[in-house]
Amino acid sequence: MLEIKNLHASVEDKDILKGVTLNVKAGEVHAIMGPNGSGKSTLASVITGKEEFEVTQGSITFQGKDISEMDPEERAHQGIFLSFQYPIEIPGVSVTNFIKTAINENRKAKGQEDMPASEMLKMIKEKADLLDIDRKFLSRSLNEGFSGGEKKRNEIFQMAMLEPKLAILDETDSGLDIDALKVVANGVNKLKSADNAVVLITHYQRLLDYIVPDFVHVLMDGRIVKSGTKELAYELEEKGYDWIKEELV
Amino acid sequence: MSLKEKLLSSYIAFEDHLEDDSPLHDLRNKAIKTFETNGFPTKKEEAWKYTSLNSLLKKDYSIFPKQDQAVEFKDVRKYFLHDIDTYKIVFVDGVYSSFLSETTHDKLDVCLMSSALNKPKYKPVIEAFFNKVAKEDSLTSLNTAFAKEGAYIHIPKHKEVEKPIEIINFSTGNEAAILLQPRNLIVVGENAHVQIIERHQSLSNNAVLTNSVTEIFAEKRAYVDYYKIQNDGPTASLIDNTYISQERNSNCNVHTFSFGGQLIRNNLNFYQKGEGCDSTLKGITILEDKQHVDHNTLVHHIAPNCESHQDYKGLFGDASTGVFNGKIIVEKDAQKTDAFQQNNNILIDEKATINAKPQLEIFADDVKCSHGCTIGQFDEDALFYLRSRGIAKKEARALLMYAFANTVLESVKIPELKGRINKLIAKKIGVNLGFNV
Repeated sequence: MLEIKNLHASVEDKDILKGVTLNVKAGEVHAIMGPNGSGKSTLASVITGKEEFEVTQGSITFQGKDISEMDPEERAHQGIFLSFQYPIEIPGVSVTNFIKTAINENRKAKGQEDMPASEMLKMIKEKADLLDIDRKFLSRSLNEGFSGGEKKRNEIFQMAMLEPKLAILDETDSGLDIDALKVVANGVNKLKSADNAVVLITHYQRLLDYIVPDFVHVLMDGRIVKSGTKELAYELEEKGYDWIKEELV
Repeated sequence: MSLKEKLLSSYIAFEDHLEDDSPLHDLRNKAIKTFETNGFPTKKEEAWKYTSLNSLLKKDYSIFPKQDQAVEFKDVRKYFLHDIDTYKIVFVDGVYSSFLSETTHDKLDVCLMSSALNKPKYKPVIEAFFNKVAKEDSLTSLNTAFAKEGAYIHIPKHKEVEKPIEIINFSTGNEAAILLQPRNLIVVGENAHVQIIERHQSLSNNAVLTNSVTEIFAEKRAYVDYYKIQNDGPTASLIDNTYISQERNSNCNVHTFSFGGQLIRNNLNFYQKGEGCDSTLKGITILEDKQHVDHNTLVHHIAPNCESHQDYKGLFGDASTGVFNGKIIVEKDAQKTDAFQQNNNILIDEKATINAKPQLEIFADDVKCSHGCTIGQFDEDALFYLRSRGIAKKEARALLMYAFANTVLESVKIPELKGRINKLIAKKIGVNLGFNV
């Protein structure tokens, strides 16, 4: 589904990604771990098309199409979704109006009519229930004054509504207490199918107890230096990252 | 002959028609002298540093336009808040249009300045209020000298006016260039409530220069909501001089929506004369081409325990220019004042300019005053967030513009007007989001 080959990316002439290769197939869950500043969030931004990053080498292919020159919205239309580490506050635009706009913009891009209001409401209700989201929450301004947990839950709600093929969850576990983490993980698990894939970016193994990865990759200094199964995550939790550095020397 | 010379000689002709014993005669003579001495403001004056009237003053304006310019309601319907019932005071080329208006004398006066100035029964109100809060600056004085028509609104005490009042000034373009000087007087009695919408609308591409003066008196506990819609054509310019005098516990709110026009200068002045007043000044400015809008606000805190809230949002595209000059004065006796001023601007294009200058003069020692001014571009992170959800760049920018303007829009209390402003914003930014913020 997602094929990244020898990806190099820089921001303001500073190289951040220095040759990332990653293959994600439908139905899989991949976890990308690594110390601070290793390039994890950059990788998420580059896959989703943030303009401040420049791809200097390599390729990103999604469902057989080269997406590295596409605008962020086009990538979204292809079915790529990013759950932000720091979701942006948009005052004056309610969660409901925002998601309606997003859904209809995606439909417009595919040449479809707007989703009928009744269908939209039904879907909103269904997905809100899935994530244990209060109806009042939906009429609040997007992310404005939301707690860390509410922001993350709202990200997963958007994911549930947009039904992406590939969801990248950037530090979705940070700022969540254990109950909120369970709700969010439960939501992600319910949305998972044989047709879609999930990439989890995380610091901690904790999230991986709830969303179990098929593969774990370690990103260090802009490269994936080690890949394994979920056992690798336990090892990292226990020993930190230094032993990998030593292995590399 | 310069416009100034033309005005001075026109005044002599105008004065001939005035009754000698009119109480206003001396006032007019004094006013024209003030104008004669000071002339039109120039960029040398601090308050006009960023706004030049030079090119506007070169045109040959007709000062006393011909009368009887018929305008069909169907042609101008869209400029009214036509989906709800309103009182209407309408002028066409400065002349009252009884045909388009809907005035009343039933328990409140919603009528004409010309009647109020000439009929004996209005004399006490005119003597008590006319030109009593207006500054004696050059442009206001020019208006005072020639003042003869405009809206006269008198709301008696405890009266809650159930429908909004629209004051609309149309210009037809029957003259190549026209100078209009409407003069409005609004007296809102104790505990009375009123909502007013003011609009200036040119119906052609001929030049219009409007030098408008509005005086508003809010008596004890009066509540005034005033909305200014400035969405005129590219050859219409407006100098709006509004003066608001507030007595104890009164509440006055002015929203200014500046979307169109060649040059707009808003001189908006609040005087809090009694304790416990509340004043709100809000504005949304969305400009393009070479449009120029200058907001010059003054909140003068004279009495203690008063509040003022200013929130001006500006979006400047193309080579448009904006000015925000917000002055707050807190007098020695105005203890416990809570004054807040916020001015946020987004420059959409590289050629756009904004000059912003907050001015605080505080003479009391127990006050809360704050001001914040920002000038920036679109938040790239916010844009990326929206686009990553599949929202195209243009729509994403529009969404951010709506969000930006929302703090001003949310306090518009007439739903139909709010809907209208939403539509104007959608038209202005070329994107309709399918929902109102």
